[in-house]
This record gives sequence, C-alpha cells and structure tokens, in this order.
Amino acid sequence: MSDQYREAVESGVPDPFQYMHPVMRRNYGQWDWHERCRPGVLHHRSVNGDSIWTVRAGTQRQMDTGTIRKLCAIADEYGESHVRFTIRSNIEFMVSDEARVVPLIDKLNDEGFPVGGTGNSVSMISHTQGFLHCDIPATDASGVVKALMDELYEEFVNERMPNRVHISTSCCQINCGGQADIAINIQHTKPPMINHDLVANICERPSVVARCPVAAIRPAIVNGKPSLEVDERKCICCGACYPPCPPMQINDPVNSKLAIWIGGKNSNARSKPSFMKLVAAGLPNKPPRWPEVSALVKKILKCYQEDARDWERVGEWVERIGWPRFFEKTGLPFTRFHVDNWKGAKYTLNHSTHIRF
Amino acid sequence: MTKKQHDTPNLDQLESGPWPSFVTGFKRLAQDKPMMADLLGQLEHSYQNIKGYWKGGTVTVRGYGGGIIPRFSEVADKFPESSEFHTLRVMPAPGMHYDTELLRALCDVWDEHGSGLLALHGQSGDMMFQGCKSENIQAAFDAINELGFDLGGAGPSVRTSMSCVGAARCEHSCFNEAVAHRQVMNSFTDDLHRPALPYKFKFKFSGCPNDCMNSIQRSDMAVIGTWRDDIRIKQDEVRKFVMDKGRDYVQENVISRCPTQCMKLTKDDTLEIDNSNCVRCMHCINVMTKALSPGLDRGVTILVGGKRTLKIGDLFGTVLVPFRKLETQQDYEELVELAETIIDFWAENGLEHERLGETIERIGLTNFLEGIGVEVEPAMVAQPRSNSYARMDAWEEEAEKWRKRQAGKQGA
Ligand code: SF4
Ligand code: SF4
Ligand code: SF4
Ligand code: SF4
Repeated sequence: MSDQYREAVESGVPDPFQYMHPVMRRNYGQWDWHERCRPGVLHHRSVNGDSIWTVRAGTQRQMDTGTIRKLCAIADEYGESHVRFTIRSNIEFMVSDEARVVPLIDKLNDEGFPVGGTGNSVSMISHTQGFLHCDIPATDASGVVKALMDELYEEFVNERMPNRVHISTSCCQINCGGQADIAINIQHTKPPMINHDLVANICERPSVVARCPVAAIRPAIVNGKPSLEVDERKCICCGACYPPCPPMQINDPVNSKLAIWIGGKNSNARSKPSFMKLVAAGLPNKPPRWPEVSALVKKILKCYQEDARDWERVGEWVERIGWPRFFEKTGLPFTRFHVDNWKGAKYTLNHSTHIRF
Repeated sequence: MTKKQHDTPNLDQLESGPWPSFVTGFKRLAQDKPMMADLLGQLEHSYQNIKGYWKGGTVTVRGYGGGIIPRFSEVADKFPESSEFHTLRVMPAPGMHYDTELLRALCDVWDEHGSGLLALHGQSGDMMFQGCKSENIQAAFDAINELGFDLGGAGPSVRTSMSCVGAARCEHSCFNEAVAHRQVMNSFTDDLHRPALPYKFKFKFSGCPNDCMNSIQRSDMAVIGTWRDDIRIKQDEVRKFVMDKGRDYVQENVISRCPTQCMKLTKDDTLEIDNSNCVRCMHCINVMTKALSPGLDRGVTILVGGKRTLKIGDLFGTVLVPFRKLETQQDYEELVELAETIIDFWAENGLEHERLGETIERIGLTNFLEGIGVEVEPAMVAQPRSNSYARMDAWEEEAEKWRKRQAGKQGA
C-alpha cells in the first residue's frame, strides 16, 4: 500500500450466512430434534427431513496458522469445508453426508485432535490469557489448560459424568475464565509493592484510589512526593490497581496460590443460574504442570461422578447432599475463609435447623 | 531467517500428553518468526520466575480508539524481538461460522503482518490476532478489514458480542440470534470503536434459557429466547421414550426434576404439562429432545446488569423485560432503542469504571427503571421486599398506575 491512507470500513459484525454450511442455511430456524450418536458427534434433523452431523474436536485455542491450515485441510478432504467454533474453543465440522463421520473422526484422531466435548463430558476449559498476554497474571493460562486437559482427556472423549461439566481457569481474581462447575483461580497473596518514584509521574491517583474494591488505597506523600499507600490489612491482593497504575507492582514470583471454586451454572435448566463457591485454596502455583491442582480437580470430579444423580450439575449435587457432606466426601478442610464476609454475606449463612447428620 | 532458539525446558514439558500442545505450534512459528522465538523465550522466563512481564500502553488504528490490546514487554532487553506483542481483537460472524477459504485468507494476512498466532476465540468473543508490532498494526487491520471484518471492543466501550449457534443448528432456538446480534451491534459501531462510556458494555444473545452464552452472568444486556404458549408434545415420541427408558427413569429424571412440579406421566405413558406453571427452564426439553419442543409463540426475555468480579463482586443480570416479540423489523428497532436508552442513562449516571449492574445496585432498580422509563413488574423480583424500613406514602398513586396498566392490558 502506498502513502495513500485507506479509510476503515466500519462494517461491524459480518453476516454469518455467507460462511454457514448450506444445509444449516437452508434449514435455518427449522430444526426439529437432535441426538448424540456417540461422544463428540451430534445429529440434527430439520422439519424438512434434512440432516446434519457435527463432529466436535478439542483444540489448543492458541493456534499457530499451521494448525489452522491443517484443520482446514481436514475440513476440505474429510468434511464439507464448513466449520464453526464453540464458546469453549472446540472446533465443529459439519457434514450432510453421514458416511463422512467416521473417516473424519479417524483423521482428527490421527492428527492429534481429540473428538468429544459433547453431552455429559468434561468439555474444554474456558481459557484466559496468563503469562502469554495479560498484564496482571499470577500464573499462565495456556499451560494450566494444557496440563489439566491432558489429565482429563478421557473425560473429554467420553460422556460418563452425571451431566456436563464446565471448567474454567483464571490467572487473577478478576476471573476472566468465568463461572463454571469447577473453576481454578489463582490469587496473589501479597499486597502490591509500590514503586514510589514512579507514582508521581505516571499515575492519575484518584482513579487508582477509586479502582480498589476494598478502599485500601490512600493518597500519601512519600519522600516529599505525591504517592499512594496501601492499607495492607484491608488489601485483598486483587491487582486491580495495577492496570491504571503500573507502579503498584502486584506481580510477584513467590506470593501466589491457587484456589478451587465449584457449583457455578449458567443454564436455567432445573435450578436458577448460580455462582460458584470456594472449596479449597492455598494450592501451590507450580508450572509447568500444577500437579496438586489436577489431583484435586480429579478428586472432586470422582466424588461427583460416583454420587450425583443423572442430570445433576456439580452445584445441584452439592445442594442436594449439603455442604458438610461435600467436605466430608472430598476430605477438604473447612476454614474460616469459606465463610463469606462480602456484601450480602448474611444470605449465605444457615438460618435453620436443617442439618444432615 | 532462523533465529537462535531459546532453551525452554519448562515449556518443553507441555509438548507431551494427549491434548493438542500450543507449545508445539509456537515452536513451529519460531522457526521463521524471530518475534515468536523471543516470545517463547519470555514465556519460559515467566515459567521459571512465576511472573508476568507485560504492560499496557496506547496503540490504535487510524480513526478508531479501541480494538487493539497493546502489550509492551518489561524484559525487552532480553527478548527484543517480542518487545511489542499487541493483539488485534476482530469480531467473527455471529455463531462463529467459517468456511475454509476464509480461515486460510485470515491465516495469510496474519503470516504476512503478524506472529502467526491466532486464538479462536478469546473470552470476549473475538478472534485474537496475537503478536503484532506497532508499525504493522495498521497494515494488518487494513488487510483484515478488506476481508469484511472489523475490530472488536476494548476499553470503556460497547464490546464484542456473542450469540449461540441457535437457529442455524439448534432446535431449541426461539429467535433469530444472528439477525438480532447484527442489528444491535451494528447500531453501536461508534460506541464500539471509540471508547467513551463509563466502562465496558456487553450484549449477549442466547436462543433459549439454556443460555449457552452465559449471558445472565457475563453481559450487561442479555437477550434470551423463550416462549409464551404451551410446550409442544409429540405423545407418540413420549411413548417411545418411556418404552425405551422405562417409567421409573422418566419419573426420576424428567417429572421429579421439573422445578415447579408441573408435569405428570399418565397411566398410558403420555405427558401432561400445566403450562401456566412452567417456568421455561428447558430441562424436560433437553432430556426428551424428540418428544418435547418450545412452543410457537416465541420471543425474548431481557436481563440487565450481569458481570464478573471487578469491582463489587459478581452480579447476575436482572429481568428487565419478561417477554417481547422479536420478529419484525420494528421489533428489532425497538430492541435497539431500548439498548440506546439504557446506555444513554448509564453513560450519564454511571461512575467511572462502573458496570451497569453496579450502577443499578448503587441507585436501586426502581430508580433505574424510572430513569429509562420502564414500569415495574412482579417478574423482575424473586420476592417482594422483606425489610420494613421504607417510605410508602405514595402507595395509592403507585397502585393506581398498576391498575391502569392492567386495565390497558385487558383492553388490548
Ligand atoms: S484472569 Fe486476570 S490475569 Fe487472567 S486474563 Fe483475566 S485479567 Fe488477565
Ligand atoms: S491489590 Fe486490590 S485490594 Fe489491594 S490495593 Fe490494589 S486494588 Fe486494592
Ligand atoms: S442457548 Fe439454547 S438455542 Fe442457543 S445453542 Fe444453547 S440450547 Fe441451543
Ligand atoms: S421446561 Fe422446566 S418448568 Fe417447564 S415443564 Fe419442563 S421441566 Fe418443568
């Protein structure tokens, strides 16, 4: 391009129909029912009698163009050149010819893409940025996901959980990974170290003060210069002050631990949507494979698998058996940190004699 | 030009195991991209020191204020080639549909102008073209824009939206997600590209109450498909299902799981539903996919104020509109108008860095409703107030409003 400026076309969100599989386009809004033929495969039938088969495969999300080109080659040769992605970074190949399903699965397996993630399986972990790209990560994201999915591979390619299991990971307490049946969230465990020499030059102090969720930051004069100070007893080490004020150094090599939360549910099926609850904290942040985390996630999954009824999500299962039993079954310690002290905490206490013995 | 590759003993351990390895892909890119060689070096450095090394900054394309996530390395002296590693957030088509020709064209752009590392997709719902130098941002954007794609949101702006696969392939879908998604989002391109709101504002569209897009928990305005008439039942399919699974299974997994106990399995293996007490939870329809489907008088429920943790803790969306039709061009326009009214009110009254749900929490739902001109309805609450410390001397006036509205509804 020459020195002529190209004017941006503010085209916004593009039209999906141009990329959609023709059978999906033709039967848009006219689907009648679906069945799951085997893990990783969905068969949808429209009222017009048309069928489409979907083969779902896991990806690493952070893909090199070579991997994407490889997936394209598979879609051209074994599929019908139309794919889509799910919210959990799985790729879906749609075919209108059932005979393509098995060869497509075989090819995906040969190329190292696991086929699964449907129905009552453990689907791909919802993925954040971590060391690769974020500014306040206490741990990585891609590595945590890879390490865990290696361990949960069999649960991705099988459908043998009571209901679907969504897992998320987050590399700080902002929790970009989101609500999930099981969420693995890192926490910084030390207040930010303030680089006072820089605060005066870089930071708009009122907006940093306003950013803190627990009002722990105060303007202060340090060495004769305007700076900030943190009330360390109040600070919850969330790191929210770092993006507006990089001298609030939250990233720290030693002081971070992982926590596990369970029972988040976004669907309205049966029970109303729910937020996840803390079950364990203090797990070591040990790259590259975080073994203590995988071990505990697998233990919780095992208890759920053995004890929950069909269709119960993790949170619904614990709701039925009660929290004391959950801690008993998993052998996890119950501590004062499990008792909420945030706004609305009183609604999370037991105001009854409903106790299981 | 092959560059010296850094030793990556930690990352190397993530190449084994059955799940696809991002490290293997990064290493392939590092063979011809010095930027990726140094990126791997920095990532390994992070693994060794358990510390992140990126900071933000300001990078944009001409005419826009957002859409790029700038990343500058704090260890550029050690890893100079990846000292700038910005991300372009690019909005995919609703439902994230692609054909292979398009995906290859996007790869071509990215091999030419960027690192070759593409995340499909970020939590924001964008394609994330990760790893671009400041000097290449404009050319990368121009090439992507030529393919018919536009930047997504970043900063205090309307953000990239997401919608489920919905009507394209899912029999549960109760509205045209793709059209609603585009009509709404493409009415806000200015607020998307030029951040000037209190904080982020997210729309999400789910075709039914299964809410595959997590819209109640993750969006400021959630548009969720639902229906008003009866669940459609194919009794012959019900009988087949009962024959196949047995009466006990149906009793235990369908009937007794209904949250309002509004279903009954009759002696002759058919289903009866008290639809006036069904809360449209989707459970029975999810289990008996062939026998049950949503009704035909379809529309959407709209909830507002959902968000993640920062700053006052997670908030669910709250019902704003229990039901409205979404079929005609006028229906879509009214949806856009409602969104505009909400955003205008929030832009005016929200504090800096305050999400809509936090504004509502701070001022109270009724003040918010008054501000946007929406009347209260019992479907907005889980239960009425239980605290008696409230002033209610305008009771008769408010009750009269309700009576008038009810009379109006009956007249209509
Ligand atoms: S969870 Fe925190 S560290 Fe991770 S991507 Fe989100 S904001 Fe960044
Ligand atoms: S880390 Fe969080 S809690 Fe601590 S001072 Fe910063 S914003 Fe406040
Ligand atoms: S939200 Fe409902 S309509 Fe949309 S994909 Fe999920 S189940 Fe289907
Ligand atoms: S959709 Fe839910 S509430 Fe309605 S009948 Fe089925 S199980 Fe009951």
